Formats: sequence, C-alpha cells, structure tokens
Amino acid sequence: MTGTTTTRPSFDTVAVGDTVAERSFTLQRLDLVKYAGASGDFNVIHWNERVATSVGLPNVIAHGMLTMATAGRLVTDWAGDPGAVVEYGVRFTNMVPVPDDGAGATVVVSGVVATKDEEARTVRVDLTATCDGSKVLGRAQAVVRLP
Amino acid sequence: MAVNPDIVGREYPPESVYEVSREKIAEFATAIGSTDPAHFDGDAARALGHPDVIAPPTFAVVIAQRSEARVIRDPEAGIDYSRVVHGEEKFVHRRPITVGDVLVTTSYVDSVRSAGGHSMVSTRSEIATRAGEPVSTVTSTIVVRGGE
Repeated sequence: MTGTTTTRPSFDTVAVGDTVAERSFTLQRLDLVKYAGASGDFNVIHWNERVATSVGLPNVIAHGMLTMATAGRLVTDWAGDPGAVVEYGVRFTNMVPVPDDGAGATVVVSGVVATKDEEARTVRVDLTATCDGSKVLGRAQAVVRLP
Repeated sequence: MAVNPDIVGREYPPESVYEVSREKIAEFATAIGSTDPAHFDGDAARALGHPDVIAPPTFAVVIAQRSEARVIRDPEAGIDYSRVVHGEEKFVHRRPITVGDVLVTTSYVDSVRSAGGHSMVSTRSEIATRAGEPVSTVTSTIVVRGGE
C-alpha cells in the first residue's frame, strides 16, 4: 500500500489531534537479514541466536534503525511523499526480539498530529510503537511538510 | 572502562565520498518494507517535485554510520564496540537524498556523559554534497554499557 494511491493530506485540512494511522508491522528473521545487508550493520546480535542469547539477550533482536524505519513508513505513506519528512527522531527504549518461530515480532505503530507550524507549513506527528505491549520507541517525532 | 570525555569537540573530516545509486536506494527501501514508487520510479518521484528517485528518510544512517565508525574506532575514545547499543537517532533533512548525489560527511563528538555506570556518546554527522550543499544532519547517541 502506498500513499500515492490515496488522497494526500494538505496542511490546511490537517488538525492537531488527527490520527494519522494505526498499523501492525511484522518483522521476521528474513527482514533482519535483508536490513543487515542493505544497511551494512552486521552486528551478530541481529542474526545469530547463539551469540545473542550468550550475551544475555532474550533472542535475536531487530536493528533499532529497522524499527525506526518501519515506524517511519506510517508517516511517509500518510504524507504520500517520503521526501516530505524533514525531521525524524526517536529514542530506542526497548528491544524487539525476533524469534525464529514463523511468526516473528509484531510492532504496532500509531501516529497523531501533535503540532502545526503555520509559518513553515509543517506538522509534527508523534508516533507510538509497541511490541508485546512494551514501548520500543520513545519521543518518536516526525516533522512533515505538507502541500 | 569509561569513555574518554576529552574526545568531546573532536572533528572527523570527510575521508571518502558516498555516491548514491538507484540500486542502493531500491535495496534499502525494499529492506525496510517500503513499496513507495518515489524510491523506485523516477517518473513517480518527479511527479512529487523531486529531480529523480529519492531515498527513505532513514537512509542517511547508512552514510552517517560509516563516518561515525571513526569515532568508535578512535583509539583515544576507549569505546568497546561489543558493549555498544543504540540510544537515540535523529535526522534533519534540508532536502531528500537523491539518486546521483555525491556526498561527503564530517562527524563531530558533541557530548560524552556518564550515568548508572554507562557512557552515552552523542555524535553529529553533517552530510553535504561534494560541492558544499548541506543535505542532512544526523545526530546519534550510543550507549556503552558499563562492565559487570
């Protein structure tokens, strides 16, 4: 699903408090392997369960940057233009363990319009991302320029 | 094994260029699960007002982390990479990173803090075109976990 097939939000029609979207994203081991290759981050804790558990992790964990990128899709799909995101920041507050059980991990992401900047014609979208009920991103905020 | 606070203010000037290719943008976009045509189709990107295919907002991390690795490798920093976890990340884009960009990155150590036996190292990477046009600022905080 891409934003270009739906109506793009405009600055004037978006209001503070609007819900951007809520979606569930599944992360499987294959997604971690693909992200490792594409990003160049081959830290073994993202693909080797033996090493991950030996250093005290519950399982192989997702790259924080993959979780951040996944949550960002909620915003870029809503905006209809990935180039509309002028700022995007997060804190990594909890790990996303990705078991090799066929189901993987489910990250639930929602976003709400928190502020509007009339001068810059941007809105700030605050994101919530949880996995098994724990918040995996903190202070997740994207500033989006809208037409 | 605290991180050496004397590295604050240290600057790591560009030592290589990063050429942004169509294939790398497509590979990265696919890896984050995006099917947005702005990452794959020049005409779709141009319809949105971009000169050509653009990268996802977090793609800048690929470029920034290559540059930040110099901080982690700096023998005077005293950072044990096996104890590093990611704390925070933020991107500020003046424009989207676009196919054909030839980019250079300067990284700075903005702060080193200690709390609860851990060290927090914040870096800033300024990504610009080789011609000098600023493109993106990437700030990152890593947490170096203290010994047990």
